[in-house]
Amino acid sequence: MPKKQFGTVAVDVDEEGFLTDFAQWTREVAAAIAKEEGIAALTPAHWKVIEFMQKEFKENGQVPSIRKLNKSGVVSTKELYDLFPGGPAKKAAKIAGMKKPEGCV
Amino acid sequence: MEDKIKKVSIVVSKGGLDGVYPGLIMANGARMDGIEANLFFTFFGLDAITKKRMGKIKIATVGNPGMHMASILGILPGFSAFATSMMLKTMDKIDIPPVPEFIEMVSDAGCKLYACKATVDMFKLKKEDFCPQVDSVINVGKFYEISAGGQIIFT
Repeated sequence: MPKKQFGTVAVDVDEEGFLTDFAQWTREVAAAIAKEEGIAALTPAHWKVIEFMQKEFKENGQVPSIRKLNKSGVVSTKELYDLFPGGPAKKAAKIAGMKKPEGCV
Repeated sequence: MEDKIKKVSIVVSKGGLDGVYPGLIMANGARMDGIEANLFFTFFGLDAITKKRMGKIKIATVGNPGMHMASILGILPGFSAFATSMMLKTMDKIDIPPVPEFIEMVSDAGCKLYACKATVDMFKLKKEDFCPQVDSVINVGKFYEISAGGQIIFT
């Protein structure tokens, strides 16, 4: 399993850079991954999405789809694309330390 | 590995759920990957963006070999409505939205939506007949212009 270094922390990742062990996730790791994904700094709006995704994953075992995120009231589809340009579901999941979303929606 | 696809322009030319959904899913999938996307609705595909019809799109149960079912059953009154209702319930469970919600979702995701001028003229429609997410009515020449540099997908 390839390891990735973020500052002083080393985490296990898959070939695409998604964390394979959520226990290794920290807010610093999240911020570092975000920078790599082209998001210079994580704002409270970003954190709201990340926390919701992690809560959904804990409760349902699945990364929430963009439709679920929109319906949750936490963030609208438009806002989601503004916060995580170029691939919101994948980027947000990576930053939140979760697996790559598998669905088609 | 080849260069990543940067833009797709998807033509939706058929009505019915099986005619409309593939294009919508591909457009949404493109936007989820940061790919620029255009949707061009023509012929019966216009149903997906027509206010009066977009909430009533059904699945054809007669003369539809994809249904794996004899047409003689599909003719029965109410069967198409039943098959449609079953399909929509199943799709909702896997988080695929009904057409009006899906159109809103792809539009919010940054996909551009266009209606085909030839069909609009043929069916005597006006821009007001379409949902607000439609950007404009364009002809095929304009479609080729906006698709330039990207891939064109026909559905």
